[in-house]
Amino acid sequence: MALLELRNVSKIYHLGGEEIRALDDVSLDLEQGEFVSIIGPSGSGKSTLMHILGCLDSPTRGNVVLAGTEIARASARELARVRNRTIGFVFQFFNLLPKLNVLQNVELPMIYAGIGGKERRERAEKALEMVELGHRLKNRPNQLSGGQQQRVAIARALVNNPKIILADEPTGNLDTHTGELILALFRRLASEGRTVILVTHNPEIAAVTPRRIEIRNGKIAHQVDAKLAGLDRLPGAAHGGRNP
Amino acid sequence: MSLESPRVPSTELQLTDLPVDKTSLGNAVMVGLKEIWAHKFRSALTMLGIVLGVSSLVAMSAMVQGMENGQREAMLAIGGLEKVRMEAQRVPVEQRHLRDMARGMTLADVEALKAGVPDIEVIAPEMRLELDPTLQANGKYHRTFMTGGILPEKVRIMEHEVEHGRMFNDIDASEARPVCIIGTGIRDELFGRPEDTGAEVVPVGKTMTINGQPFTIIGMFKRYEGEQERKQRLESEAERQRLKSEGKAPPKGPARGQGRSGSFAFWIKNNTVYMPLNTMWHRFQAGLSNAPPEPRLSNIELKVRDFSKIEQTLAKIRNIMMVNHRGIEDFAFRTFEDWSADIDRFVKNARMSGGLIAGISLFVGGIGIMNIMLASISERIREIGIRKAVGAGGLDIFVQILVESTVIAVVGGLLGLAFSRLVVMGIAWVAPTGNNPVITGGAMALAFGFAVVVGLLAGIFPAVKAARMDVIQSLRYD
Ligand SMILES: Nc1ncnc2c1ncn2[C@@H]1O[C@H](COP(=O)(O)OP(=O)(O)O)[C@@H](O)[C@H]1O
Ligand SMILES: [Mg+2]
Repeated sequence: MALLELRNVSKIYHLGGEEIRALDDVSLDLEQGEFVSIIGPSGSGKSTLMHILGCLDSPTRGNVVLAGTEIARASARELARVRNRTIGFVFQFFNLLPKLNVLQNVELPMIYAGIGGKERRERAEKALEMVELGHRLKNRPNQLSGGQQQRVAIARALVNNPKIILADEPTGNLDTHTGELILALFRRLASEGRTVILVTHNPEIAAVTPRRIEIRNGKIAHQVDAKLAGLDRLPGAAHGGRNP
Repeated sequence: MSLESPRVPSTELQLTDLPVDKTSLGNAVMVGLKEIWAHKFRSALTMLGIVLGVSSLVAMSAMVQGMENGQREAMLAIGGLEKVRMEAQRVPVEQRHLRDMARGMTLADVEALKAGVPDIEVIAPEMRLELDPTLQANGKYHRTFMTGGILPEKVRIMEHEVEHGRMFNDIDASEARPVCIIGTGIRDELFGRPEDTGAEVVPVGKTMTINGQPFTIIGMFKRYEGEQERKQRLESEAERQRLKSEGKAPPKGPARGQGRSGSFAFWIKNNTVYMPLNTMWHRFQAGLSNAPPEPRLSNIELKVRDFSKIEQTLAKIRNIMMVNHRGIEDFAFRTFEDWSADIDRFVKNARMSGGLIAGISLFVGGIGIMNIMLASISERIREIGIRKAVGAGGLDIFVQILVESTVIAVVGGLLGLAFSRLVVMGIAWVAPTGNNPVITGGAMALAFGFAVVVGLLAGIFPAVKAARMDVIQSLRYD
């Protein structure tokens, strides 16, 4: 059983009578420990897909199954719990709270996990040391560079020890060098056994990941999985998942 | 980069296995306090309504409490609840045709009641001058209103105490001698106040005219005053002593808070002039052309032995009076139960109107809080989205907003309690009365409780709104 499955998922928006299929009947399996990149042009539905994978949004049609449990039937409270414990989300624009310092930002998910003050601080410090920001605990986000802010956001995503890391264009707002450092961090996380899913529009970055999924007009256009020997390219399948 | 990350658990994940979220209330309170501190000026303006509401509620209740205490004190000073008063009144309209048969209240009534109602402890008739008489002595004039001809029982019923000289006796009465006993208020007006002269003034033995007829003052009552008045008087006396001992001239003139500012009841009591009933009859009534054949009383006061049986006793008294007066109601009852009920009604009305004002302030304060919380959440849509994205549930957000609005109300309430003391002191300074305002713990608790409830209620709508915000939409918002 896959860790995270999408079954015939569609997300449809209605704008002034016009129907926008941000996701159009997508099926997808993600295994534990996979390192996956999602590529595609702007507006193709990458963010929508990530939001549904990350339990931030629910599909109009179809099913999301996380560790054997159907998310469509989960309550808002349960979804919040999944976001809190099972999934770490990294955004393109960092999404740190400007009024809180670095340490408090990283402590935030643990507050909602009901973890006590002392343990919270210890774990936040450890996570920040891991992204090499152990010396900037008391700084406000606006006192940090973009790369540093994104590392704080990664520390925040990691601090509750989630199984799945979702990153929506995490290097999109960073220079190439900083982007590479962030990318190395994600590779490391994947090698530790976490499922890491990365959205990018940069083919060079996508080339790093063993598995690549290309999205066009809300559908999966191509899939490449280097791990599956001899199957470098799968035919683009409107209804297909990874396995035919 | 050196990475040392926590190990990922390999066991299959079950949603239902996850521990239940615990919202840390202390944490929410801290967030709320920080939010208030971050917007100091805005928060202060928001709190103003609550501060005013709480302080006006407490101050109002303190004033009313003070007045109530003063009234009850005064009521006790003139005989308490056990006292019943019958006043002569005009024959009611429906009995006008019997007017010529009405002979008013007389000493015969007093005798009949004494004989017929054993539950009467003491009974005292009084004959007043119909018009307020003019007193003259020591070259000064004074117009007074409490001049009555009485039997000695009156002194008992009014709880008068003769401090100087003596009360008139049976011989004074039977010979209708021109003697009188006065209160200290009369003395103050005609012979000077001890505060001004620096020594007690006792005009016993002096002559005073009442409507031109000379009387000898044979006694003076003690000075009656409320708790508050006495305190102030003793303070200013001590001050005068201190100045004297330091060799400085004591200030002339009335000290603040003295004179007539005291309770009305004590002031009236101090302005009494009593003479024997028989003297009043012979010197002021009997000689008149339309004089009645026997002394006509203005009122009869009596005290019942057992207050719990006052209804039966009153009924008995009424019976005897009706028989004596052949059914003509030329008298009326007035019990101090009426007065007590008046006090209760006054207190209730004052509380209601004060409570209404305070309630409106608190309501407006609540609207202010709700407004500021709505502004606050629309400023923080993105923050709320981020909190939800990292795992805050709707309940967490709901509690956070509710705590913030309650914290504003609690801080405002505490400031209001502190401010109420200033308000009470200010009012007492601007308009001193004999009734010291009394801030009660109950009033403080009530006002504070209201403030907290207002904060909670004002927070509910914004909190629900924030809790229901969509995560993705909130994150997209800038
Ligand atoms: N809330 C929304 N209302 C209407 N249309 C939306 C909404 N969110 C996304 N879309 C549309 O869905 C499509 C996919 O958007 P998105 O997933 O953000 O694309 P990408 O991240 O690949 O650039 C776009 O055409 C976008 O305009
Ligand atoms: Mg996008």
